[in-house]
Amino acid sequence: MGRISELFKQRQNNILNVYCTAGFPHLESTLTVMKALQDNGADIIELGMPYSDPLADGPVIQESGTVALHNGMTIAKLFEQLKALRNSSITLPVILMGYMNPVLQYGFEKFCADAAAVGIDGLILPDLPQYEFETEYGAVIKKYGLDFVFLVTPETSDERVKQLDALSSGFLYAVSSSSTTGKDKDFNAVEKYLQKLQSLQLKNPVLVGFGIKDKQTFEAACKYADGAIIGTAYIKALEHAEDINEATKKFLEGIKSHPLKGG
Amino acid sequence: MINTTISLNRGTYKQPNIFGYYGNYGGAYIPEMLHRNVEELKERYLEIMYEPAFQKEFRDLLRDYVGRPTPLFYAKRLSEKHNTNIYLKREDLNHTGAHKINNAIGQVLLAQRLGKKRIIAETGAGQHGVATATVCALMGLECIVYMGVKDIERQAPNVARMKMLGATVRPAASGSQTLKDATNEAIRDWINNPNDTHYVIGSVVGPHPYPDMVARFQSIISEETRKQLLEHTGSELPTHVIACVGGGSNAAGAFYHFLDELTVKLIAVEAAGHGVHSGMSAATTQLGRPGVLHGSKSLVMQTEDGQVVEPHSISAGLDYPGIGPMHAHLFETGRGTFLSATDDEALQAAFELCRLEGIIPALESAHALAALNQLRFKRTDTLVVCLSGRGDKDLATYMKNIEAPNP
Repeated sequence: MGRISELFKQRQNNILNVYCTAGFPHLESTLTVMKALQDNGADIIELGMPYSDPLADGPVIQESGTVALHNGMTIAKLFEQLKALRNSSITLPVILMGYMNPVLQYGFEKFCADAAAVGIDGLILPDLPQYEFETEYGAVIKKYGLDFVFLVTPETSDERVKQLDALSSGFLYAVSSSSTTGKDKDFNAVEKYLQKLQSLQLKNPVLVGFGIKDKQTFEAACKYADGAIIGTAYIKALEHAEDINEATKKFLEGIKSHPLKGG
Repeated sequence: MINTTISLNRGTYKQPNIFGYYGNYGGAYIPEMLHRNVEELKERYLEIMYEPAFQKEFRDLLRDYVGRPTPLFYAKRLSEKHNTNIYLKREDLNHTGAHKINNAIGQVLLAQRLGKKRIIAETGAGQHGVATATVCALMGLECIVYMGVKDIERQAPNVARMKMLGATVRPAASGSQTLKDATNEAIRDWINNPNDTHYVIGSVVGPHPYPDMVARFQSIISEETRKQLLEHTGSELPTHVIACVGGGSNAAGAFYHFLDELTVKLIAVEAAGHGVHSGMSAATTQLGRPGVLHGSKSLVMQTEDGQVVEPHSISAGLDYPGIGPMHAHLFETGRGTFLSATDDEALQAAFELCRLEGIIPALESAHALAALNQLRFKRTDTLVVCLSGRGDKDLATYMKNIEAPNP
């Protein structure tokens, strides 16, 4: 069983997935950030691979990617850094998030092989469409034992949510509203949507992303889902951090400031 | 009546298959947040476009508002110089000064039928932005145009035109601050406003069905050309059709009704900037590799690591690191011949057309004209060059280069 399934087997609530950008804030800080996330209470790490044209991300995450690219981050460089991933004490599930173009240039199969070899557990590629997944790429991802997480939004029909749930493994990524990352949203509408997802009895756990930025939004999301994903708010916390571990500790304490029900 | 049956095949030159592929290129590589809107378009665009009432409104506006049909002009002195027969398809005479308005009208009419109240667009040189702002003013719709910060600086007159027409011009400050980033920002706007907004893409790029939809709206160019050539020459078919290609919308329109006429040579001219291998170029078929940009698989100029690079061309309208999937397919299959013209060659061709024919072409169209010097024609050949736009917007660049050597 993969690390992601193992995690959800042990615990089904208040799962905290934190997004960070590879090579941000410094080229060599990737593993330092990941270690800090593990040490301070994150449950899953979503590691973003920087891209020049990240359509699904908002300005804060795009800017972190621009910095990372400027620092010299590439997929090849990232896999080099990640060779030490599972030799270090990082045991959390790690999901690579990125866009199709750099992955295609690297070579899709080589990418999956190298990701699996360094101990990556799953992939999120928001611009990999369902049709291409089913006809071409899904089999390759499976061959290397990687989970693949599809996104669903409040605009996704129930029928399509079920299709995407069936194709996903690990968890399903529920975008809390149709928006790019980092936007403030009205949480009442989000609650309704999450209740609807709950009622569909999906095979995968559901993590909520987009608009989760503090304790209040995290707890609200966890009421109706298995957990949530934080990205923009954490990148902001890292932007001017002098000490990555301190900044991460302070940030995660703000999210999980009370003992969590299932934590 | 136009054949609207599409199947599971690999698509044709003219038409993608149901997943939006022309051969190996196309598709809809979009995040889930755009799925519903793109799916709605995909389900409905053909049905709406070929409704008789839609066609009537579209055609009436093209005639009475845009001024179509645009003339097909026999360029006598230019023909003499090249010892052949050259016809110019005068898209520069359209209202707003370029072919872009054909698509803007079509898409805004379509958006109205989809119940959308808010229109967004991206623009590079500003021609598509001006066209979209114009149609929105005409229809009384809100219009927001995304434009790279650098382009706002270098295309001030078009920014002023859009503002006069009531559009909001939003600077795209991310990334390289040009057309590709304006496109990213427009896509993000659409993601954030999924219910009331239609995104009017200005070229034959983007996720399926945009490349096909835009090509169909622009196909009026070759539809008219065939009829006009018949009047001029007694045959509907030229030997060559020549058009410039950035994303490729005027070329798609100029080629469209000749794609299946295999005797007609289709010549696409890309911007070589300072030279194809100078590092300052926008010749995507020469420099690009298969990749995904702005929602479709096509040829993309990129680094080894798959980061999209910023191209260069003296013409902002050709300054794009990708190319429509239809053109990538024409390139790969050899149905199209892809040439390129440098900044200097385009400038010279523009000055030459001014002096020989009394027409100031857009810098984009000047690239198509520059290709005339790279090919050899027979005395009996019939060439159609798509003069996609007029040069008023490029006057500042032309003034700077007015001392350029005479052709």
